[in-house]
Amino acid sequence: MTATLLTFYLFSSVILISSLMVISSKNPVHSVLYLILTFFNAAGLFVILHAEFLAMILIIVYVGAVAVLFLFVVMMLDFNLSREKDNLLQYMPFGLFIGIVFICELIIVLINTNLDLANIQILANPFSNFSEMTNTQALGSVLYTDYILYFQLSGIILLVAMIGSIVLTLRERTGVRRQIIVNQLDRDASSTELKEVASGEGIDI
Amino acid sequence: MDALNMDNALGEYLPVLIFLILSFVIGCLFVFVNFIAARHNPDPAKNSPYECGFDEFGDSRMKFDVRFYLVTLLFIIFDLEVVFLFPWAITFGSLGLFGYLSMMAFLGVLTIGFIYEWKKGALEWQ
Repeated sequence: MTATLLTFYLFSSVILISSLMVISSKNPVHSVLYLILTFFNAAGLFVILHAEFLAMILIIVYVGAVAVLFLFVVMMLDFNLSREKDNLLQYMPFGLFIGIVFICELIIVLINTNLDLANIQILANPFSNFSEMTNTQALGSVLYTDYILYFQLSGIILLVAMIGSIVLTLRERTGVRRQIIVNQLDRDASSTELKEVASGEGIDI
Repeated sequence: MDALNMDNALGEYLPVLIFLILSFVIGCLFVFVNFIAARHNPDPAKNSPYECGFDEFGDSRMKFDVRFYLVTLLFIIFDLEVVFLFPWAITFGSLGLFGYLSMMAFLGVLTIGFIYEWKKGALEWQ
């Protein structure tokens, strides 16, 4: 058990430190890089829990895609590196509120396990025959049939996100000359005209 | 799952750990070998940032066009769509017709979005 415990403490302490750095570093780009470190270590925690599929998805989706998105957002904002964090107290009540909500949720989870942490293993492991198949197979065996409502809902959420991002960010640019292939191909000899140009003179088209 | 089992399972990740350590060592090597082996003779003019011979005009962090954001967002959505395909592909044999139709409905919903963004011209770089 010691190896598991040691890796758990390693990953979770790095998570705590790097998430502290996310909110305390002055440069937003550094914050995003610390966030990536947090994601990596959270993936390590998932591996300890034998949730290999979730761990790999966390790396592919969060580190590969969402972190890049965050970097774009940070680069799009007009931030100033020399700006002092003088408005820290302004956001304190809201941050405290969210923190208290999270602590309450954790306490509810603890009460549900009857204050015995060994029960968490059962809660996180709803498959009775889990040991016979891989993590990914266990997910696939229930996600598309037993939990079809949530599966289809996630599809619709993705559709809404797709349409929303297009509506918010896509705008037609005026004055851009684009290649319209159909018009090019439709042009034939009758739409062209041959003109004789006299030497030394221009021509009106 | 008893304690011995969990330690064994972590032992299976030993090659991954070796790979990580190796890549870390090689990455550090590339940085530090330069300090040792390369000739370096710095002076203030060499160390100062420059832009083709003259002092730089502004910050190197310029603002991006919002179109990059749109491309990334659309990439994430299709990334997530593919993520849902992996467990489905593994368990496809045992899911039956219902699982097949469930995935087809999911893909159909996203195809509607795909047709929408194609027609809107979101995939074109103007």
